[in-house]
Amino acid sequence: MNTSTSTFVRTEMLPEQSPPLTEAGAVKWVRENLFSSVLNGILTVLGVAVVAYIIVGIAPWLSRSVWNAGSLSECRQIIAATWGEGVTGACWAVIRERWPQYLFGFYPSHLYWRPVLAFALLVVAVAPVLFDKLPRKMLWFSLVYPAVGFWLLWGGSVWVPVTALAGFAIGYAAAKLIQPVAGTILATIAAVLAPVLWWLFLAGPVADALHSIMPIALQGVRSREFGGFVLAFTIGFTGIAFSLPLGVMLALGRQSDMFIVNKLSVGFIEFIRGVPLITLLFTASLLLNYFLPPGTDFDIILRVIIMVVLFAAAYIAEVVRGGLAALPRGQYEAADALGLDYWKAQRLIIMPQALKISIPGIVSTFIGLFKDTTLVVFVGLLDPLKGITDAVRASTDWKGIYWEPYIFVGAIFFLFCFGMSRYSMYLESKLKTDHR
Amino acid sequence: MSEAIARQIDPSQMKVSDEVAIQISQMNKWYGTFHVLRDINMTVNRGERIVICGPSGSGKSTLIRCINRLEEHQQGQIIVDGTELTSDLKNIDKVRSEVGMVFQHFNLFPHLTILENLTLAPIWVRKTPKAEAIEVAMHYLRKVKIPEQANKYPGQLSGGQQQRVAIARSLCMKPRIMLFDEPTSALDPEMIKEVLDTMIELAEEGMTMLCVTHEMGFAQAVANRVIFMDQGQIVEQNNPKEFFNNPQSDRTKLFLSQILGH
Repeated sequence: MNTSTSTFVRTEMLPEQSPPLTEAGAVKWVRENLFSSVLNGILTVLGVAVVAYIIVGIAPWLSRSVWNAGSLSECRQIIAATWGEGVTGACWAVIRERWPQYLFGFYPSHLYWRPVLAFALLVVAVAPVLFDKLPRKMLWFSLVYPAVGFWLLWGGSVWVPVTALAGFAIGYAAAKLIQPVAGTILATIAAVLAPVLWWLFLAGPVADALHSIMPIALQGVRSREFGGFVLAFTIGFTGIAFSLPLGVMLALGRQSDMFIVNKLSVGFIEFIRGVPLITLLFTASLLLNYFLPPGTDFDIILRVIIMVVLFAAAYIAEVVRGGLAALPRGQYEAADALGLDYWKAQRLIIMPQALKISIPGIVSTFIGLFKDTTLVVFVGLLDPLKGITDAVRASTDWKGIYWEPYIFVGAIFFLFCFGMSRYSMYLESKLKTDHR
Repeated sequence: MSEAIARQIDPSQMKVSDEVAIQISQMNKWYGTFHVLRDINMTVNRGERIVICGPSGSGKSTLIRCINRLEEHQQGQIIVDGTELTSDLKNIDKVRSEVGMVFQHFNLFPHLTILENLTLAPIWVRKTPKAEAIEVAMHYLRKVKIPEQANKYPGQLSGGQQQRVAIARSLCMKPRIMLFDEPTSALDPEMIKEVLDTMIELAEEGMTMLCVTHEMGFAQAVANRVIFMDQGQIVEQNNPKEFFNNPQSDRTKLFLSQILGH
């Protein structure tokens, strides 16, 4: 051993240096990423060939698009006249001609402004929820939007949504009144029970009474007239808005020490997750009528929404439970040690972190829910994908058209689902606080 | 012995009142069938600084976690600040807001800034106005010497800084008692000193402190009583001078020889 190296004193600390510059340039990138070995080279060539094959197959068809025609045969004539006999082309004219039907189904055409306005207001209501830079006061509008949207879409007396909304105020008031007298648990029960009783027994008569005093109403639209994207958005957005809170409550229930709450949550989640959505939808459309008193008019869209909400909530509950399980015990202990009660600890410490962890899973569930709205076709509602497209293809004008409507509807769904996915990534990076 | 202690203060000079802060009598606790705390009797007066030591698994952490009911005892009585710990929730939240706790792994809230960590409990539990809570928080951040970190997130701080923030977070609730559960065990040696300095300062101000630690230098510097625990029971307690120089029980002698032996 060399003694001169076994004792060593550094006289000067080394300065920080920038990392060595790798050779730049496209050639370098191609060599590293596409042709780094013989096998990778072969795979690259194969991949390019597959992509080229697909493009060569589709591009001519797409390039021969027709946008103005009254029927499929007219479309074909135009294609033959423009590009010659025997070639095929895309006939987007069907979308153009049936556009209102795809958007509104059989919604009365002189009332189209109502769903359009409802959608515009939906954007206003959702914006402050999605982007916290917007003024917080806008959230009040988000809270009353469900009633506004309901009234615009279905019409009828304004007092129906107003009394429905009043149920929430009643629940809040009941909780506030009972909390100081009888404690948190009884207050929570009252907060659930009071509005349910109100909705079941009082809301109807009160709305009727108010309507007879001050009749303000829009022309009513029946649920069977809904269709297309109005139907998909109505079910999708309501489902998303209500399944998240319900899912969070179920996740907390499943974590609870209280025996009955725990077992009810577990039973509910496992039952709903174990049954296909279609089964629930059939139950909603067929079986529920047998159980309800004869003559009860229980709206079909409302029934479907309830089932979709329950279905998505069970999945969200499990996703959120995963987020809860990922939190270290120390977080609960620190919250307890500071004297925060259960709900404050959940709201301020636990849920913000658990939901952040769960964002990808929650958004996946939302995307699944939104796409599953097309399944309502099985209970006789006109979803855009099959319901409306079948109606379009059943007409003599468009008999035989196949690809174009499905591509169009698929593209619209993709647009919204991709949007949700990108938003979830934005949210994740915004909430990232471990700057390690 | 730890070299971390910057200055020596004379523990006997610090005043201890006759008022009882914590009274534990005949307390027993089981984890399942495992008898983790056995017949604990202990009185802590206001202003006392108590160091609890002992081998791992001796129940010392469990003991101080029982004092703010992060663990529930099954037998006996614990009275904190005149309130007996029972399953009555209102009592517990009240006691917990009076008793500060510092954890081994800091347990700061990673999704909140340092300032938000400090103001959260005063605002939501004590209903302090926000501006006042921020003022108090900045006061304690200056006290633990990291006011410039107020708007950072816990993940951006070193372990020693995080633990000082955790101490400041507890102090913002103006607690009457502080519990420390191995506050320096998860820290690099370089950072132990900065945390111990903060704790010594706190002791000098007359805070009632219960501290589970292996920092025997700290015990000698500030404690007016050292409690040695083994197998879930209190084996020996004495003032630090007697405890270190003249241990009575064989278990204590063995323990001291192991941790001070090199």
